[in-house]
Amino acid sequence: MANKPLPLSNLAVGTKGKVESILIDGLLRRRLLDLGVVPGSVIEVVRVSPNGDPTAYLIKGALIGLRENEAKHILVHPI
Amino acid sequence: MVSINNQLSEKKVTEKEIVVALAGNPNTGKSTIFNALTGLKQHTGNWPGKTVSYARGNYVHRGKSFVLVDLPGTYSLLANSIDELIARDFICFAKPDVTIVVTDATNLIRNLNLALQIMEATNNVVVAINLLDEAERKGIIVNIDKLSEKLGLPVVGTVARNQMGLNRLKDTIDDIVTKKIVTNPLKIHYPPEIEQKIQEMTPELENILKGELNPRWVALRILEGDKTLIDSIKQYLVYKEIDIKGEVALCH
Repeated sequence: MANKPLPLSNLAVGTKGKVESILIDGLLRRRLLDLGVVPGSVIEVVRVSPNGDPTAYLIKGALIGLRENEAKHILVHPI
Repeated sequence: MVSINNQLSEKKVTEKEIVVALAGNPNTGKSTIFNALTGLKQHTGNWPGKTVSYARGNYVHRGKSFVLVDLPGTYSLLANSIDELIARDFICFAKPDVTIVVTDATNLIRNLNLALQIMEATNNVVVAINLLDEAERKGIIVNIDKLSEKLGLPVVGTVARNQMGLNRLKDTIDDIVTKKIVTNPLKIHYPPEIEQKIQEMTPELENILKGELNPRWVALRILEGDKTLIDSIKQYLVYKEIDIKGEVALCH
């Protein structure tokens, strides 16, 4: 856990990260919280769509598609 | 939104019919419960679009007629999407007598978010912990009594595809209607600055809402900047003399 946190959108397929913080406010933050993106959640990068965006993430037992411009606001510690 | 208005008027015409809403995350077996309770075999999809229809069905229990309304599967009640808007407006403005929150026993951490949000909006809630068989296979044991105690609500374990727990669920719904069971939903406490804002807004909101909606819940939505709720309040509660937007401007 000594790693520096980085945006979720930078993680490679097959790797996991533990959420440190969400960098935005408002509706998108609320949406992410509702989808289970809260500090401490473990998120796995499952696959990337053919044109590179969106990406499918496994979040608390559900597969959730996030766009790069959403995932870049989520800071994670790679694990 | 015509359908909700129909729902409202319909409820008033047939006062004896008890309206029960079925809410829950996607893939929790909500529609299986719906079909098992109403005897319907077909699945009516809920999808975003102009024409939105809920699956509706009836069942009779203890000699009373119940109308069951299957709401769209959502992760939240905060109107981030058309599905959530429909679910929220139904729960808030059509005012079902009881709302069942169907949860997936294998993933309660995800599912209870919606349950907590619904409990903030209405007291008449029963939580169904579905897919208990799958949970057991995964080695997950749910302490139903403890959960019920913590939430301050009746909690019923179910395996909808085997009909397990459904009689108990129907009994519980009726017990809430007849007030044999009085719920006392867990109240979420927010940080002091938010609680203080809620306190400040409550008297004004009580005036505007006249018991139609829970002022605390409305205050929280306004603090969150949710404009869709204000639109819905204007649409369904129709206050001619009070400009709700003006009131909100004061609250900020």
